[in-house]
Amino acid sequence: MTRTKIIKLVDGEKGDIIKITALLLDGVMRRRLLDLGFVNGAFVEVAQKSPLGDPIAFRVSRTTIALRKEESGKIEGELIINGE
Amino acid sequence: MGNEYYRIALVGNPNTGKSTLFNALTGLRQHTGNWAGKTVSLAQGSVDFKNKTFQLIDLPGTYSLFSNSKDEEVARNYIAFEKPDVTLVVLDATSLERNFNLALQVMEMTTNVIICINLIDIAEKQGIEIHEKRLMNLMGVPVLKISARNKLGFPMLLDTIDRIVNGDIKCQSFQLKYPEEIEKKILKIEQQIHEIIGDTVSARWVALRILDGDESLINEITKQFKLRGDY
Repeated sequence: MTRTKIIKLVDGEKGDIIKITALLLDGVMRRRLLDLGFVNGAFVEVAQKSPLGDPIAFRVSRTTIALRKEESGKIEGELIINGE
Repeated sequence: MGNEYYRIALVGNPNTGKSTLFNALTGLRQHTGNWAGKTVSLAQGSVDFKNKTFQLIDLPGTYSLFSNSKDEEVARNYIAFEKPDVTLVVLDATSLERNFNLALQVMEMTTNVIICINLIDIAEKQGIEIHEKRLMNLMGVPVLKISARNKLGFPMLLDTIDRIVNGDIKCQSFQLKYPEEIEKKILKIEQQIHEIIGDTVSARWVALRILDGDESLINEITKQFKLRGDY
């Protein structure tokens, strides 16, 4: 049995690939993230972490987008590939 | 005799080659650059086709039209209130999923839409195959594959614009179906909205925006009606 591991995007390490399962935010920011491609089922790669860990750059729908931890801490997904 | 004159708006995600298409069609040297949010004010240029003049308006590149930023507001207001004769939605062939999000938003606002799938040369190199006829059947509007950089697909594009403004092609007004709860709420307020704003803007679209709590749109509608003096 494979166990699926749900993590928050903010906890991803460089190279991890995460399949989004939930956006735990509302309103304008939720809409914004959906527009950028952070939708349920989307595969997101952790592209780069800044030295202090915030913001983090993600590769989503062929574009690199950096998120603050305020947002990346509210996006959950299944860890598909562990980059380490 | 003067040419008939039509306004054609270009809308699309950042970096989809909108400005490249605009320049290629109009021959204008509008600056194009490879960074997001570059198109700040509206560039205009024209192209003559048969006995018509198409005035092209290059709207700012946006991922959405829900006014999270000035750029999105400019693009949204133009499509909603200036009512171009045709809106070209320029999509990146290599990233259609996210790009279609914007196309669907535009189609909720206006009927005369052409979907231009750009960067088709790059997509083909990547082995991406696009069935534009199937997309056309699904969407109910013309879907064309183009390469703005290589000027591929232009005659077809101009001809399609021509046929839409002539009324030879009828775009179907596209409606995304929402969950029943939302559809019920739309039904409840759509009629009232229509009584207030008339046919200037799609009442269904305004209903959806109001349900979403979009205050900036309500303010904009009030402003527009004051400007026009019919409110």
